[in-house]
Amino acid sequence: MSETAIAHSVDWNEPARLRGIARRHRRDLRLKAIGAGALGLAALMLLILVGSLVYNGALAFQQTHVTLEFEISADHVDPAKPEAGNYRAITRDAVFRLFPDVTGRTQQRDLANLISNGVQYDLRDRVVADPSLIGSTLTLDVLVSDPYDQLAKGAIDRATPAENRRLGDAEIAWFDRLDAEGRISKPLNLGLILNADSRFPEQAGLAGALWGSFYALMVCFLLSFPIGIAAAVYLEEFAPKNRLTDLIEININNLAAVPSVVFGLLALAVFLGWFGLPRSSPLVGGMTLALMTLPTIIIATRAAVKAVPPSIREAALGVGASKHQVVLDHVLPLAMPGILTGTIIGMAQALGETAPLLLIGMNAFITQAPDSVMSPATALPTQIFIWADSPERGFVSRTSAAICVLLVFLIAMNSLAVLLRKRFERRW
Amino acid sequence: MATATKIRAQGVDVFYGETQAIRNVSIDILANAVTAFIGPSGCGKSTFLRCLNRMNDTIDICRVKGEITLDGQDIHAREVDPVQLRARVGMVFQKPNPFPKSIYDNVAYGPRIHGLAATKADLDGIVEGSLRRAAIWNEVKDRLAEPGTGLSGGQQQRLCIARAIATAPEVLLMDEPCSALDPIATAQIEELIDELRESYSVVIVTHSMQQAARVSQKTAFFHLGSMLEYGDTAKVFTNPDHEKTQAYITGRFG
Repeated sequence: MSETAIAHSVDWNEPARLRGIARRHRRDLRLKAIGAGALGLAALMLLILVGSLVYNGALAFQQTHVTLEFEISADHVDPAKPEAGNYRAITRDAVFRLFPDVTGRTQQRDLANLISNGVQYDLRDRVVADPSLIGSTLTLDVLVSDPYDQLAKGAIDRATPAENRRLGDAEIAWFDRLDAEGRISKPLNLGLILNADSRFPEQAGLAGALWGSFYALMVCFLLSFPIGIAAAVYLEEFAPKNRLTDLIEININNLAAVPSVVFGLLALAVFLGWFGLPRSSPLVGGMTLALMTLPTIIIATRAAVKAVPPSIREAALGVGASKHQVVLDHVLPLAMPGILTGTIIGMAQALGETAPLLLIGMNAFITQAPDSVMSPATALPTQIFIWADSPERGFVSRTSAAICVLLVFLIAMNSLAVLLRKRFERRW
Repeated sequence: MATATKIRAQGVDVFYGETQAIRNVSIDILANAVTAFIGPSGCGKSTFLRCLNRMNDTIDICRVKGEITLDGQDIHAREVDPVQLRARVGMVFQKPNPFPKSIYDNVAYGPRIHGLAATKADLDGIVEGSLRRAAIWNEVKDRLAEPGTGLSGGQQQRLCIARAIATAPEVLLMDEPCSALDPIATAQIEELIDELRESYSVVIVTHSMQQAARVSQKTAFFHLGSMLEYGDTAKVFTNPDHEKTQAYITGRFG
């Protein structure tokens, strides 16, 4: 014993050893620096991403309006049939009256393009709703068309040579005159949330996509949450451990990694092809997303169920609880925070999923918000996809703004997950 | 001391997969007596204890052979429901394991799932009675709505005992109930066990020779899956038949 102690005697102050210690410290520092650097890089990327989105999207949170007086004369609108009136003429007159010097067909056509094409329909809806307006003059803030909107927001550079510019010198002069008269305003763009999609960027909004995503996520949740929990509980608590259940387990884990576009193809073949469900509908969208969310929920639930201490199961069995009582009274309530976290993360993933929805036609051009899960709709990510593909300048900022809206929803859902987890944990 | 046999086990073998954990154990456990199972770690005493209320059924790879009867009735018979059996043969575990629910709900859970109380007042009565018998009523009567997990270790274990006796079991199995407790809490539990003997047949697994000597009337010594000796506690501790028993209780191995 004493001999080995001598053989192992060590001089802790020997210079080579001290150098070794110094080297070890340097390595520690290096590892720490690499970690901090990686984190910093990730934070920087995130900052750039969010920054560029907000910078580009900010333009879309305001919308340029012009104040015009519309004379709703009985010449253009028959009080007996207000819906059949010539509102196009009324809107044109309202613009032409401000520029009596502009004559000639071409110039007048350009001038009429100053306001959005949708103004005439908006006017019609107001008059149909209240026919007593006929014969009066209506003063309204109406949308200017996209090029003027871009001009107002500075997205069209006046220094660009006229031939390369979206608006000619005359058109810019008209706008400046209106601006000088104080007719131009840039209020908060509520239309971005309240309007459905449109061909005209100044009118396009996310209402259809928001409702479509809402309906699809509802369907997805109602399908995947109960089915996922039931499957996970069966696998974890009841299923015998054999080759078959091993195979099922491996497949569930693999399904979670299957590219989402494959689920889209499956949905296209089965839901649309065999079942004949309506294409572009949030019902089919939700069912497709449920296919993708199921593995996530099953895996999260199994992990949460597995984490319930065996002592609790034994305690319940010990007082004579049957299997279903153990599961429903003890295991599931204890596993609920974990299950909810997994579910909401799965739902957030589903909210951002684009590819499968493209395959079942949720990227259609639909100018009305859906009123049920069966009516055609888009979803937030597919709407972003559509807008990103559109050539009009106005859609550039709207794409970024839509991504911001999507991110806000994702952050909200993740916060909800944290909140629910805290709440349920406090109950015990 | 009562002498009626409550549980009779004959030729019990237990296998975990290929490994045999219990070899040919036969024992008569008496009513209104405390029976202690002693033996070195891994000797199978807990495994055998868990056979008595078919807790081993819940372990997939575990197989039990042989006959065990409760009041003459084979507990493995087809008509015996293991769930009901476990209400009649209550169990207290090594680590206190109250449900993460209120103190009241902990005790009320068993009576509730077996439909033992017709009214809220009945249930209140059962809860109070059980907590009183477990000698914890005075400590918790003002905070029945608080979580059972907030109690101290000794209180938790007494709560678990109250929970076990709330279903009016005939036998109470205790698997090292004091191993996680300090000496004061242990003394309280031991006192409790002695009182419980009047109404129940108590079987206790313990690593403490002193505890076995203090609380039990009968002692069984297990070694390597077999029961080497079973008899009156006084006899086993003072004049054991088997030399291994002698060696174990005097602390020479184990």
